[in-house]
Amino acid sequence: MKAIGIVLAGGKNEKLGELTKNRALAAMPVGGCYRCLDFALSSLSSSGVGKIAVMTQYNSRSLHDHLSSSKWWDLGRKHGGLFIFSPYQTDSDSYWFRGTADSIYQNISFLKRSNEQYVVISSGDIVYKLDFNTILERHEKSGADITIVYKEDNGLDTSNYGVLTLDENENVVDFEEKPLEPQTNLISTGIYVIQRTLLIKLLEIIIPEGRYDIVKDIFIRYRKRLKITGFKFEGYWRAINTIDAYFSANMDFLKKEVRDLFTKRFPYIETKPKDEPPAKYNSGAVALDCLVGSGSIINSYILHSILFRKIYTGENSKIINSIIMERSLIGNNCYVENAIIDKEVVLSDGKEIIGAPGAPVIISKGSVI
Amino acid sequence: MGKKEMIAMLLAGGQGSRLGVLTLLKAKPAVAFGGKYRIIDFPMSNCINSGVDTVGVLTQYQPLLLNRHIGIGIPWDLDRRSGGVTILAPHVKRTQGEWYSGTANAIFQNMEYIENYNPNYVLILSGDHIYKMDYSKMLRFHKRHECDATIAVLEVPIEEASRFGIMNVKENDFIYEFEEKPPNPKSDLASMGIYIFTWEKLKKTLIKENALHEDSDFGKHIIPSMLSEGMSLAAYRFKDYWKDVGTIESYWEANMELTRTLPDFNLYEDFWKIYTDDDHQPPLYTGQNSQIKTSIVSEGGEIYGTVINSVLGPEAFVEEGAVIKDSIIMSNCRIGANTVIERCIVDENSVIGSDVFIGQGENAPNVNEPKIYDCGISVIGESTIVPDDVTIGKNCVVFGKTTREHYTDNRLESGGAIIVENEAII
Repeated sequence: MKAIGIVLAGGKNEKLGELTKNRALAAMPVGGCYRCLDFALSSLSSSGVGKIAVMTQYNSRSLHDHLSSSKWWDLGRKHGGLFIFSPYQTDSDSYWFRGTADSIYQNISFLKRSNEQYVVISSGDIVYKLDFNTILERHEKSGADITIVYKEDNGLDTSNYGVLTLDENENVVDFEEKPLEPQTNLISTGIYVIQRTLLIKLLEIIIPEGRYDIVKDIFIRYRKRLKITGFKFEGYWRAINTIDAYFSANMDFLKKEVRDLFTKRFPYIETKPKDEPPAKYNSGAVALDCLVGSGSIINSYILHSILFRKIYTGENSKIINSIIMERSLIGNNCYVENAIIDKEVVLSDGKEIIGAPGAPVIISKGSVI
Repeated sequence: MGKKEMIAMLLAGGQGSRLGVLTLLKAKPAVAFGGKYRIIDFPMSNCINSGVDTVGVLTQYQPLLLNRHIGIGIPWDLDRRSGGVTILAPHVKRTQGEWYSGTANAIFQNMEYIENYNPNYVLILSGDHIYKMDYSKMLRFHKRHECDATIAVLEVPIEEASRFGIMNVKENDFIYEFEEKPPNPKSDLASMGIYIFTWEKLKKTLIKENALHEDSDFGKHIIPSMLSEGMSLAAYRFKDYWKDVGTIESYWEANMELTRTLPDFNLYEDFWKIYTDDDHQPPLYTGQNSQIKTSIVSEGGEIYGTVINSVLGPEAFVEEGAVIKDSIIMSNCRIGANTVIERCIVDENSVIGSDVFIGQGENAPNVNEPKIYDCGISVIGESTIVPDDVTIGKNCVVFGKTTREHYTDNRLESGGAIIVENEAII
């Protein structure tokens, strides 16, 4: 393989509120059994990228647990494999990662001790599946210094994303970060390809200048000096940067084409196995248009919802249009609608949790109600 | 190589011929159970949960699927630098090759493997039973009583005792006699086929018995020989769930039992998990018009029809209008629209067409194998295709890629059999 991979999983996002109080954005549970990071890791690994660094910082424990073994992504290797970088203290300095570029700079030996020609950088907060070989091929053919994978999308609120302006040859002429008045509907996906030696050179220039961000301090600042090209991605892609986006990215897994893309068509998205037994449906179970994870025991009426693993739902309860994460327990005679119930929540008998459509109620991890 | 206190030898070479077509292409330990598992997962998981990290798996009959399933042992955490899981197949030795001719003979032929680990004790298991057991407790018992051999036993109803190998014991549970299927049993302690031997003693007996019998067997030769030598053998009473799933009916019943609200066998415990080769299975999807009741359904499936009192394996695809009742559907099967399946076992990777009826009609025993298929359950074999619009009775067997031409007037009456053999495979 011509490339090494870097997954940026250090980010914090206030917009997800309670859900990311104790976990990194990249550790957000998605689609009934995955964590968001699995999509980047699986895409890289199945494209043949065999040496991958995951940059963690904010609530990194939630990721360390998930990545405690790298064999599920075929990254338990003598050569290359998975590297997990968190901030650490040294003799001379002890900084937290001051930005995405800084997180790579502080671990620049990872780049220097590789001999692959390119670096693929992916956000860990996005849900997608991508064959990086196609991008590398285009990157080489175009002669670009940097390739930014973008998506043309009319449905999204572009003010939450990086927005590109391209010329007729797909070269980037402008890049705005979260603009109030976006000039185009071409949004950056958070996936980039750059030559490894060029990345080292740029980092060694910008960090001493006190610039720490890849997008702001490399892409935007150098957009006229470097040849930056866009690569249009046509497949499924969602960033989970707001509660609404998170909720709808999960609900997308109720659509057959989304499930088929990620789970039925090779290469699959891999995750850490949990070895739960098959889901059990007792005599009161009704589960319509639902995903139910393994190890769950269902006694309720469930409509248009996603239940992660090891959920128990009691008798005469109703769960509608909701997400329920691992190991939560819903008692008897409960009513749950438009809710996101985080892990290990206990809902005692007869409780009602009702949110508004488009504005789900969030019950935080471990709550007992 | 490092020394191990106890290693396990798992006998997984048997065909299990009473399971009929289910074991045509795979050994009995590889047969699916409880949706996502295979029978061998139970002893394998018991090993790692009991702290036994070195397991030799002896294969012989149709080993391909077993080999692929076990791999290097990752699902059971048995991928180890020292020990771990090793597949032990019959092999050619200096002068000639030899099949495993008996249970003890199979161990005899792999003495070199055991000696590598220089163990004090050897645990002998079979890959035929469904149970959870802490072998470390049994080892503690073995050491405390300073036995040469400890045999796990189950108390069975005395009227059924003549179907088992029976241990006759003195009041302190030391064994004085072993009887295989005695007509007039003197005790109700049935051997479970689980033994712990002090390796030095077993080794001596294996060598001696192998010289006398070319098909040396634990029940027939090793245990009687140890008793006649005056060695101390104790019975270890096991009180928990243990099921032999050796016949179509017992296999079906043990699966059905798991669908009850509170089954005797609990798969949902956190601290004695059963591990299996999980693959990348996403959650189960149930459609807008689906109905699932008193059933267990594994991951990766898409259910648009109705499933009642059934056990479904991974990646089941049940189309709209299909009804599955009192049945076992193993992994990666597709059930066509408006098909009705009752009291049926469908083996892996099979495709049942649309508007098919299975399990209809009177209860006639099977024409070819009346002893195997006699309980009203029809069996559809592995990688089988059943065409649209056919009706299949009870006690039927269908195997292979069948087409309309194989059926008379689109029917297979109760007790009928269609076996389409692919010569490249069999």
